[in-house]
Amino acid sequence: MEDAAISVQGLDHFFGIGEARKQAIWDINLDIERGKLTILMGPSGSGKTTLLTLMGCLRDVQHGSVRLLGTQTHGASEAQLVGLRRKLGFIFQAHNLHESLSATQNVLMGLQVHGKGDPILQRNAAHHMLRLLGLGDRLDYLPHSLSGGQKQRVAVARALVSNPDVVFADEPTAALDKDSGRTVVEMLKALGQSRGVTTVMVTHDNRILELADRIITLEEGRIVNDVSQNPQPL
Amino acid sequence: MKYLLTLLFGRLPIGWLQLVHSKTRFAAAIAGVAFAALLVFMQLGIMGAMNQSTMAPYSFFKADIMISPQDSNMLSDGGNVARARLFQALSVSGVADGAALFIGRTDFTLEDGSTSSLQTFGIDTGKADFLSADIGNQIQGLQAENTALIDIDTNGVPPEVFAGLAAGHPFSFEVFGKTLAAVGTLKLGGSFFTDGTIFISDQTFLRIFPSRSSGAPNRILITVEDGISADVVAARLAAVLPAGSVKVQTIPETIAADRKYQNTVRPTGIIFGFGVLIGIIVGIVIVYQVLSTDVADHLSEYATFKAMGYSQSFFLGIVFEEALVLAVFGFIPGLIVSLGLYFGMSIATGLPIEMDLGRVVMVFFGTLAACAISGAIATRRLAGADPADLF
Ligand SMILES: Nc1ncnc2c1ncn2[C@@H]1O[C@H](COP(=O)(O)OP(=O)(O)OP(=O)(O)O)[C@@H](O)[C@H]1O
Ligand SMILES: [Mg+2]
Repeated sequence: MEDAAISVQGLDHFFGIGEARKQAIWDINLDIERGKLTILMGPSGSGKTTLLTLMGCLRDVQHGSVRLLGTQTHGASEAQLVGLRRKLGFIFQAHNLHESLSATQNVLMGLQVHGKGDPILQRNAAHHMLRLLGLGDRLDYLPHSLSGGQKQRVAVARALVSNPDVVFADEPTAALDKDSGRTVVEMLKALGQSRGVTTVMVTHDNRILELADRIITLEEGRIVNDVSQNPQPL
Repeated sequence: MKYLLTLLFGRLPIGWLQLVHSKTRFAAAIAGVAFAALLVFMQLGIMGAMNQSTMAPYSFFKADIMISPQDSNMLSDGGNVARARLFQALSVSGVADGAALFIGRTDFTLEDGSTSSLQTFGIDTGKADFLSADIGNQIQGLQAENTALIDIDTNGVPPEVFAGLAAGHPFSFEVFGKTLAAVGTLKLGGSFFTDGTIFISDQTFLRIFPSRSSGAPNRILITVEDGISADVVAARLAAVLPAGSVKVQTIPETIAADRKYQNTVRPTGIIFGFGVLIGIIVGIVIVYQVLSTDVADHLSEYATFKAMGYSQSFFLGIVFEEALVLAVFGFIPGLIVSLGLYFGMSIATGLPIEMDLGRVVMVFFGTLAACAISGAIATRRLAGADPADLF
């Protein structure tokens, strides 16, 4: 499919060298449609994170191909990769906020990667994003004085503030309690939908599955199940 | 500071924020840089004092060429030069005049029995032209037997001792059992070898040093005729005089050779040179340690930034920003403490240990460069890594 946001073909991936070499991904073929929320599931060690990082050009492709937004990631120059990464948003299990930066400053990092720009406009955009995520009263807090859910929402704001084409999320709710986990994903989906963002999310969390357009299940590095569904409306 | 760095880098001053976030580490890093700067300043200060005190006595003389014994390395060592060389030199074309200079070392015995060593120059009182204006003007007074120009900055001699002298009262002091009357003063102070300096006539010199002969001074000073270069005349003299026993150098050459000898041959010079090197290495190691720990601690944040599309130059920028902050914040206390120690040391030793602007600028840029280099090394591990491997 030419129009797919991500197109994966014949993808294998190995870790380690020599005796210790172990295959983590086996012959994955997959097209991810634009504007949809796709969830990757599977038991621990099934290769979800590995597949996600390969698709998000956070890890170099060894065998097979990944076309991301029309670009072959394998063999792309460092400059191309940097350019490509700027069209993406990432949310990780550990929020990975910068501890020395306030909520607003962390979100600004998502904007400044695109160049200097007008500092006032950038600040307004960051504040707007944080308010949409219900953090209007936490704008200048440092991460250590935010709760887990609030930190993860800052990470969502940082990922979405620059209007990415694709958002990758690796167990964004793992460190959160039920309610705040659901809230984070609902916000992610709502904001993504309104902006036509393609979202690929790894999760173990069954309560979230009903929000997805498509659920792909991995086992031992292979796709064992792939269902599309009509997601529950927000 | 934050605002300044924002302007400077055109982005959030992450390096600065990161540094001030962990205050103890920041303080330790600043102390480390300050210490390294201090170490370098101290060594350079002592080296500078050594060089300055080496050169200072030359400023008493006004000549173009110096004839020294072959075995001499500096003004105060070496054997002597036969006075016959002076007469030989005077017959070389281009030579205007010559003067014999006697150099010795005497002890100035104070009333309380303590002594200060004196670099002692003896010269013909008719040769005022070979002396700086200040000394030359006073040299006539040395015609009287057992008179001297005394160094009122002599280290170890309380200034009160010379108070009467300044007021015009007679002042005499004892040197090697002979009493000399001061008829004038000079100001030089201590060096690495002596505490002070006196000028006396060649006649007085020979009385104080009975073993020395008027036929064997220590140096011969030569002036050249107008319109001819000292180098040319020096070459002519070298051709005439026996190379085995004397060397002929223009004054600038003599000073340069002396200086080089102090810095590269004498152990003190070599030790201070090593001190500077060690200061630089200590500084680089400390800053590298701080910056690389800082990079390691923020690896997952940096990986996130890399995943977001920040390039290597961004990380270099952060680390350079940190290096700049450390350099500035470490340098200032280092400089202040150094100034204090310079002051204390120059009082204690009488040496001219002084700060000069060139040294301040040089050490600052050295600090900055050391910080920047360590920073560049510290970010290397980020360069080739896949972001996924850094989390
Ligand atoms: N950097 C690595 N080096 C070596 N082996 C790795 C590395 N990363 C993952 N693996 C291995 O690859 C396989 C797939 O790992 P991956 O992290 O993709 O699983 P996952 O589905 O994300 O698991 P989890 O649900 O626990 O996060 C596992 O067997 C794992 O041990
Ligand atoms: Mg995983």
